[in-house]
Amino acid sequence: MPRVKVPRKSTAVDMTAMCDVAFLLLTFFILTATSRQPDPLEVKIPSSTVQFKVPDKDLTILTIGKGKVFIEIIGQDVKKLTLQKMATEYSISFTPEQIKRFAVISSFGVPLNQLGTYINMNGDQRAKSGVETGIPTDSTRSGELFKWIEQARYATAELHQTEMRISIKGDAEEEYPTVRKIVDVLQRQKVNKFSLITSAEAAAK
Amino acid sequence: MAELDTSSGGGKGGKIRTKKQSTRVDLTAMVDLAFLLITFFMLTTSLSKPLAMDIAKPDKDERNPDNKLEVKQSQTMTILLVKGNRVVWYMGEAGKSQPTIEGFAGITKSLLENKKKVKDATGKDIMVIVKPTDGATYKNFVDIMDELSITKTNLTAPAVDDDPKNLMDSEIAFMKENGLL
Repeated sequence: MPRVKVPRKSTAVDMTAMCDVAFLLLTFFILTATSRQPDPLEVKIPSSTVQFKVPDKDLTILTIGKGKVFIEIIGQDVKKLTLQKMATEYSISFTPEQIKRFAVISSFGVPLNQLGTYINMNGDQRAKSGVETGIPTDSTRSGELFKWIEQARYATAELHQTEMRISIKGDAEEEYPTVRKIVDVLQRQKVNKFSLITSAEAAAK
Repeated sequence: MAELDTSSGGGKGGKIRTKKQSTRVDLTAMVDLAFLLITFFMLTTSLSKPLAMDIAKPDKDERNPDNKLEVKQSQTMTILLVKGNRVVWYMGEAGKSQPTIEGFAGITKSLLENKKKVKDATGKDIMVIVKPTDGATYKNFVDIMDELSITKTNLTAPAVDDDPKNLMDSEIAFMKENGLL
């Protein structure tokens, strides 16, 4: 009986298609990954075992470090409206161009009277200029920080019909009195619920 | 496909003979790398989000300063956050029981012990009052709130009293004595 000859086939698989798909996905993930913007105020956040993630809208983050406070309003529309409201409140004006530029600034800590100049600078100048002295907190009732938070809350309520959440992102080594001052500002406008931003830590048994 | 036709190059005139080489490239390593990167980006996009610890503070009404929460001394434990990453805690009324100075490593155990003691003695849940003093850092505060949630104490009413005016005289005296203020 003649032997049936099985033709030997190559075991090499064509990887081209797989490679295509892999890179397509890779490109997608790289593009969708939100690039982390450099923080003007570097803070080392403490860790905790909580599992609740920070929401990504209707939120204002107060960064506390080195005795200074920086504010970050999430959402370009809210940020724009907040600035307009602040401008009316303090009767100063910003050009439409400035408002547009302001919408893309992440976190800032500049007294309101220098905000105009600050907006006109580019990234490098901002870091060097030394105007980033933090939002003035001298008066808890009518200080600029109080107003910023208040106006941001109004703006969120107006645009999204929800209550704005407030998160505090404090430096681990920050002295407690600074934090207390900020919490006081919040409590003065009846914000008794806020969250502290922490990094993840392995849960204890 | 990933091949190119290179057969036309050699052989004219039959003098120079170049070996026909396959232009097939092994893509396995490249695919490996691509998938590694995909995994990395997939994981980091969702995991890099910071976490939020919710804090609810009692309402501070300026017009009504007498609006205070009365708590039974038999079920209270007061924790003072003091200088040098340490805590001072005591049970019951200030000045009547001996405060204990402890580091953050031991506070979990003390919390659990006291929680059990209060539960056994009174049948009620323990009330923990946290008083951060000026010497404490923000990290201490986050840590103690975290400890409370780990030990599941004070879940309903977190009592954070950070007003320096509310520090009892005996508490201040004790901290001064031990150089913790």
